[in-house]
Amino acid sequence: MAVINIEINGKKISKEVPDNILLSDFLRERLTLTGTHVGCDTSQCGACVVHLNGNSVKSCTTLVADCDGAKITTIEGLASNGKMHPVQEAFKKHHGLQCGFCTPGMVMSAVDLLEKKKNPSEQEIRDWLEGNICRCTGYQGIVAAVKDAASKM
Amino acid sequence: MKIENFINENRPHESAIKHVSGQAHYTDDIPEPPGTLYGAIGWSKKSHAIIKKINLDEVIKSEGVIAVVTEDDIVGRNDVGPVFDGDPIFPKKAEYYGQPLYAVAATTTELARKAVLKAKISYKTLKPITTIQEALKKKSFVLKEKIIKKGEALKAIENSPYRLKGNFTTGSQEHFALEGQAAFVIPQEDNDFKVFSKTQHPSETQQIIAKMLNQKSNTITVETRRIGGSFGGTETQSFIFAAICTLLAKKTKRAVKLRIDRDDDIIITGKRHDFYSEYEVGFDELGVIKGLKLKLASRCGISPDLSGAINDRALLHIDNAYYLENVLLENYLCKTNTASNTAFRGFGGNQGMMAIENIIDHIATSLKKDSAEIRRRNFYQKKKKNITHYNMKIEDNIIQEIFDQLIKSSNYKSRMQNIKKFNSENKYIKKGIAMTPVKFGISFTTWHLNQAGALVHIYFNDGSVHVNTGAIEMGQGTYTKIAQLAANALGLPFNKIKVSATRTDKVPNTSASAASSTTDLNGAATLNAISKIKKNLSEYVKRKYKIKNSEGIYENGMVKFKGKIFKFNKLIKEAYLNRVSLSSSGFYATPKIHFDKKNFKGRPFLYFCYSAAVSEVIIDILTGENKILRADILHDAGRAINPAIEMGQIEGGFVQGAGWLGCEEVNWKTNGQITTHSPSTYKIPAVSDMPEKFNAEIFKKGKNIENVINKSKTTGEPPLMNAMSVFFAIKNAIASIRDYNINPKLDAPATPERILMSIKNLKKKYEK
Ligand code: FES
Ligand code: FES
Repeated sequence: MAVINIEINGKKISKEVPDNILLSDFLRERLTLTGTHVGCDTSQCGACVVHLNGNSVKSCTTLVADCDGAKITTIEGLASNGKMHPVQEAFKKHHGLQCGFCTPGMVMSAVDLLEKKKNPSEQEIRDWLEGNICRCTGYQGIVAAVKDAASKM
Repeated sequence: MKIENFINENRPHESAIKHVSGQAHYTDDIPEPPGTLYGAIGWSKKSHAIIKKINLDEVIKSEGVIAVVTEDDIVGRNDVGPVFDGDPIFPKKAEYYGQPLYAVAATTTELARKAVLKAKISYKTLKPITTIQEALKKKSFVLKEKIIKKGEALKAIENSPYRLKGNFTTGSQEHFALEGQAAFVIPQEDNDFKVFSKTQHPSETQQIIAKMLNQKSNTITVETRRIGGSFGGTETQSFIFAAICTLLAKKTKRAVKLRIDRDDDIIITGKRHDFYSEYEVGFDELGVIKGLKLKLASRCGISPDLSGAINDRALLHIDNAYYLENVLLENYLCKTNTASNTAFRGFGGNQGMMAIENIIDHIATSLKKDSAEIRRRNFYQKKKKNITHYNMKIEDNIIQEIFDQLIKSSNYKSRMQNIKKFNSENKYIKKGIAMTPVKFGISFTTWHLNQAGALVHIYFNDGSVHVNTGAIEMGQGTYTKIAQLAANALGLPFNKIKVSATRTDKVPNTSASAASSTTDLNGAATLNAISKIKKNLSEYVKRKYKIKNSEGIYENGMVKFKGKIFKFNKLIKEAYLNRVSLSSSGFYATPKIHFDKKNFKGRPFLYFCYSAAVSEVIIDILTGENKILRADILHDAGRAINPAIEMGQIEGGFVQGAGWLGCEEVNWKTNGQITTHSPSTYKIPAVSDMPEKFNAEIFKKGKNIENVINKSKTTGEPPLMNAMSVFFAIKNAIASIRDYNINPKLDAPATPERILMSIKNLKKKYEK
C-alpha cells in the first residue's frame, strides 16, 4: 500500500492504494470514471488512453503507484466549463464513432497529437493513431475528425 | 391521399455527445449496489477429455472468494444452445480448449481471476478432431449434410466446352468487438433476477436463464442499453456469461459483475466459420457458367449453435449476383473440438459468395479475360435468367447499373492498363486490381424470426415521446434511425423522442438484432405503434369536432385535420383530458417471405441489397507485404434514412471484410489449442490498413421496391463483402508475375505468408 497524491481532471486527491493497482482500474472502480474503457487489458487497443502530465498513456498498463504527484486528464475532464473540446465536436460531426467504445481513447490520443503538432498531415494522423483500434468505423470518420479539429485549434 | 414523406438526414449518432465525453454506459460501467461481487471463469486446458476430477479446494480458500459454482449448482437446463442442445454451461466432458468448467465470485475482479487459476483438474485425454479435413474423413458432423439440386449440373458440366476443378478455403475471424463479453446480475425479490447483458439477443438470454434456473420467464428481466460492437459475437455467445453470472448471483444472493478478460474472451467464444470448398465448373467460351458442382464444408466447432442457419445462408449465396442454371451443392457441417463457431457479419453468406467469386476468377484467368467482364456476363438479368437456385424470382435487380456506373467512375479499365504497364516495369513490387459485385438477401432465413415489437408512449404534460423496441444499439445507429422515423411520423423535432434501453419486460419475444434487419423490423413496429396512437387521436378529433375522413397530418409540431389545426402538445393534452390512450404497442411481421428449408425452395428474402467495389493493391513479392492503394465502392442503401450512418457501415464493413480476407488469421495447434488469443497474435486492421484513397458512395437512384420503412435498404452486413475485391486484387497482382497466364492458388486470408506461398507455387508450376 502507498499513499499517492494526484490531480485528476483538475481535482486534487490523496488516496491509499495497493502497489499493484492499475490506473484504469483505479479510475473506473475507485473514482467511477468509467469513460476510460478497457478493451484488451494488455496495452494494445488504446481504449484506455488518458493523459498523464500531458502525454497520452495506456492506463491499463500504468501503475497508480507510479503516478504520485502527476496530473491526469481523462475523457470526462476534457470539456472545459461545459464546452466540448474541438476534437470532441469533430468526432461527433464527422461520425468518427459508431459503437463508441474506442472513442474516449481515440479522442484522448488525438488531442495529445494536436497539442504536440499543430497541423499534422493525414499520414501523421494515421501514424499517431496506430495504437488505437476501432472495429466499427473503418477509421475514415476518425481521420476526418482529427483533420477538422486541427484546423479549429 | 397519403403524402410520402421520406427522411434523408445526416444526423449524428444519438449518443455521440455521451461517447465523446465518456458518459455512455456499457454493461461494465453500470453503477453497482454495495456489496457487488466480481466473477471469473475457469476453463478446460484440454480440447477433448473426460474430466476425472475438479478439485476446487484451493480456489475456495483463495483470497476474496465468496462462492464457487459448478455443474452441481444448475438445477434446470445445463445448456445455452439456442436451437439445439450442445453448449453445456459446465460440461462433464471437455470438448474444446477454453470450455468453461466452473466459476467464482470474489470481492474484486483481480482476486476472482487469480482464484480460478488454482483449480486442480485431472483429465483423461481423448483424441481431438480439429480440422475440417479430419472431420470430413471421420464423418464428424453437428447436423445432417444437405444436398441441393437445380437442373442437371453433372450433365451440363460434361457438355460444356470448358471445365475447371479446384478447391478453396476462407478463414475464420475473431469478432474482437472492442467491448468484450460482460454481464451484470442483480438479485430481486421473489428469486427474480435483473440481468444486464452485453448481448444482441435479450429475449433468448431471458429464456435460457429461466430454463437454467427452472423458473418462469417472467422472473427474469434482461436489459441492454448499448453494446460496444458485436458483429454477431453476442447473438448467442453471450448467453453463457449471462447464465454463469446469474448462477453466481443466485448462490451469493448478491449482485455480481462478470467482465471477461480479452484473452479469455477469444479463447472461450466461437468465431466465424471457416469454409472449405471443392468445385467443378463447366462454362462456355464467353465464360458463362453452364453447370456447377460445389461441395461446401464448414468448421462448426463442438455444437450446432447457429451453424445450420449459417450454412444455409452460405448455400443461398453461392450465386452471389450470378445466374446459375444447373447446380449441385453438397454441404457438410463439421464437428470439431474447437469453440462453437457462430454468427459473424455476413452469417455464411459471404463465405458462399467467396466460393463463387473464386470460381469466376479461375474461369477468367483460364480464358485470359478480364474477370470483371466474366462477372458481368454471368449476372442475373431482369426479364429472363432471374430465378435463383432456390427458386426465388429476383424482382429488384440493379447489379448491372451499379457495376456499370462504378466501372466508369473508378476508371477501372484505364487503371488496369496502367497497372499492367507498372508490373512489366517492376520486378519485385506488383500491383493488382479487381472488381466484385454483391447481392445480399435480407430477412432471417428462419421465417418466424421476422417479427418485431415496439412500445410507444406520449406523455401528456409535455408531449415528449418514449420509444422502446427489441433493437439492440451496437454502433449501427439503429436507435438514431428509429428515433428519426418516430420524429418524422409525429412531425416532432428529434430531441422530443427518447429511445430507451431494450428490455424484455417492455417488449417481449424479440428476435436477435441480427441479419441486418434490426431497423427494418423494429422501425416498422415503432411506426405501427405510432399509427395506433394517431388513430386514437383522429377518432377523438372526429368525435369531438365532427370532422370526417381526416387522418391528420403531423408536421413541424402541428397536427392538421381538415379545417382544424392543433399544436401537437395541445392536442396531446386535450386528448389526455378526454381520456384517450396515448400509449400503444406495435408489431411488424415481414410480408411475402416463405421458405421450405427441407426442399430448399421459396422466397427467403424480402429484398436484396446490391453493391460493387473496385480495389487496387500493391504487394511486395519478396515479403508478401501488401497494401490497399485505393478502394471505390458504390452501394445501394435504397432511400437511406441517415446517409452518414449508412456510410459508416459501408466503410467500416469494407475494412472489417478486408481484415477477414487479409490480415486476420485464427490459428489452432493440432491439439486444438487456439494460439491467436490476443491482439499481439491476432491482427485486426489498424488505421494504417485503411485504403490510401477511399471513395465510397451511396447509389443515388436506390429505392427499395418493397414496402420497407422509408423505402430504405439496410446496410449492416452487405458492405463487408465489398472487400472481396481486395482479395482478388491481391490474386491479380500475384498472377501478374506470370503474365496472367496461370491461375495462382491463393486461399483466404491472404496473409503475407499465404501470398509468398502462392508466389512460390506459381513459380513451380511455371517451371514445370
Ligand atoms: S485496454 Fe489498454 S490498451 Fe487496450
Ligand atoms: S466505434 Fe466501435 S470500436 Fe470504434
